[in-house]
Amino acid sequence: MAESKDNAAEIPGFSLTGFAKSNILAVQEYTLLAWHSLANIFSSPRYLGDTLQQADIIGVGSLPIVVLTGFFLGAVLALQSANELARFGGLSFTGQLVSLSMVREIGPVLTGLMVAGRSATGMASELGSMQVTEQIDAMRALGTDPGKKLVTPRVVSTVIMLVVLTVIADLASMFGGSLVAVFMLRLDGNQYWSTAWQSLGFDDILMGLIKPFIFGFIISTVGCYYGMTARGGTQGVGRATTQAMVSASVTLVISDLFITKLLLNFFPNL
Amino acid sequence: MDASLPTQEAVIIFEDVSIAFDDNKVLDRLSFTLWRGETKALFGVAGAGKTLVLKLAMGLIKPDSGRVTVLGEEVSSMREHDLFALRRRIGMIFQESALFDSLNVEDNVSFRMREEHVPAEECERRVREALRFVELEHTMQLFPSELSGGMRRRVAIARAIVNAPELLLYDSPTAGLDPVTSTTIVELLVKQRDVNKTSALLVSHRLQDAFTMATHRFDTAQNHMVEVPRGSDWDSKTSFLVLKDGVKIFEGSAEELATSEDPYIREYLTP
Repeated sequence: MAESKDNAAEIPGFSLTGFAKSNILAVQEYTLLAWHSLANIFSSPRYLGDTLQQADIIGVGSLPIVVLTGFFLGAVLALQSANELARFGGLSFTGQLVSLSMVREIGPVLTGLMVAGRSATGMASELGSMQVTEQIDAMRALGTDPGKKLVTPRVVSTVIMLVVLTVIADLASMFGGSLVAVFMLRLDGNQYWSTAWQSLGFDDILMGLIKPFIFGFIISTVGCYYGMTARGGTQGVGRATTQAMVSASVTLVISDLFITKLLLNFFPNL
Repeated sequence: MDASLPTQEAVIIFEDVSIAFDDNKVLDRLSFTLWRGETKALFGVAGAGKTLVLKLAMGLIKPDSGRVTVLGEEVSSMREHDLFALRRRIGMIFQESALFDSLNVEDNVSFRMREEHVPAEECERRVREALRFVELEHTMQLFPSELSGGMRRRVAIARAIVNAPELLLYDSPTAGLDPVTSTTIVELLVKQRDVNKTSALLVSHRLQDAFTMATHRFDTAQNHMVEVPRGSDWDSKTSFLVLKDGVKIFEGSAEELATSEDPYIREYLTP
């Protein structure tokens, strides 16, 4: 009787039970990978060379796009806000608006999305290619833990480099904003920089640094997860790469809301 | 076969091993033993579960039921973390070689040694030795993509044997290769068996490869494998195991296989 009910609810080619099971399994596998990527830091062997190499690929490699996007976003932010601020006679607050919005919110999210687009996809495609060509199995067969050798160095370097890149993006955006303020809005450069600098408190910087820390973890673990679970040849690698990009970006933006709310709860003065 | 072996130490023991994927039972209560110094060739049609046997022996996957014991350790119940030390005593050659494509031949072969922080000079010496064994010493700086299919298999063999493993697992080492290259690979397998006396589990589609192994020995003076004359009491220490639908239907020597009356085996043996 129960069987006939199940069959009645089933759409040909689709099983609700199978769908639920595969998703629960995916969450379990992701959680285990994320947990082990952290736990591996506290046990040997540690791959410092691989971590530095990844830091170079992720950090130095992402620098141009982060600086460029930060610079132009800061510039356009100053330009857009100038109209509104001028209405209230607050044009001199342009520097403050750019620095606060960039440091607290836009800087970490923008840098996170840029690195997700570049590095999460890179990790998924690289590890995915290794997975489908049995290189991951070969590594295990040679007595090396792929989690320690491949995943943990990527997670550690992404977390560290995203924090650094966010700071650089913040500075680039303020610089972009300053050029617009001075050359297009005819504001005093010293005034721009002093309001931009003085408006930033410890709480703003804390929020601006905690976010990339968490975003870096999300980007790298999602990228590695899709790479390590890639199946089905080159087509599977392509699918894993796309899924990594989409999942990392969406998770990052959703988690941003919760992190902000959580930080505001813990630190009401933020 | 077993009684003729010099020692009766078991290297691999499969006891009633079963595994299924979804509703498809791939191995059904498979039991066999590989003795030290022995080479066992596994045969069966595609999808018979041959590669799975190697992955189970390596602990890369776990059986649904039954026990797998390798080099005295029960891999079927060991945690992944504990398996790494055991795997360092085993060499595995994957069907598609599975060389690290971002590393050159030297780094591929020395991968395990670098993980163990073996001094660079010692590392290079052993890599050269292993590559000389497979006659590819000149390819040290080349990348896998610059090698032919046969050369990649030989590099994979060099990577597997560089640490002098106690057990070798070969997954279709001659699949997709031309007859000349296949013979070169088989000769390497014979050389490894006779020179280094390594126990091995060989998965293959090509019966002639295993028959060649059973009827040839490696002559170190000629640096070549030579056919053993009929009637010789020389023991190749090579046995055969045939799987059909995940079930063992034959286990024995080359002679026993050749004279088997089983219709499936007769059909399998017919070229």
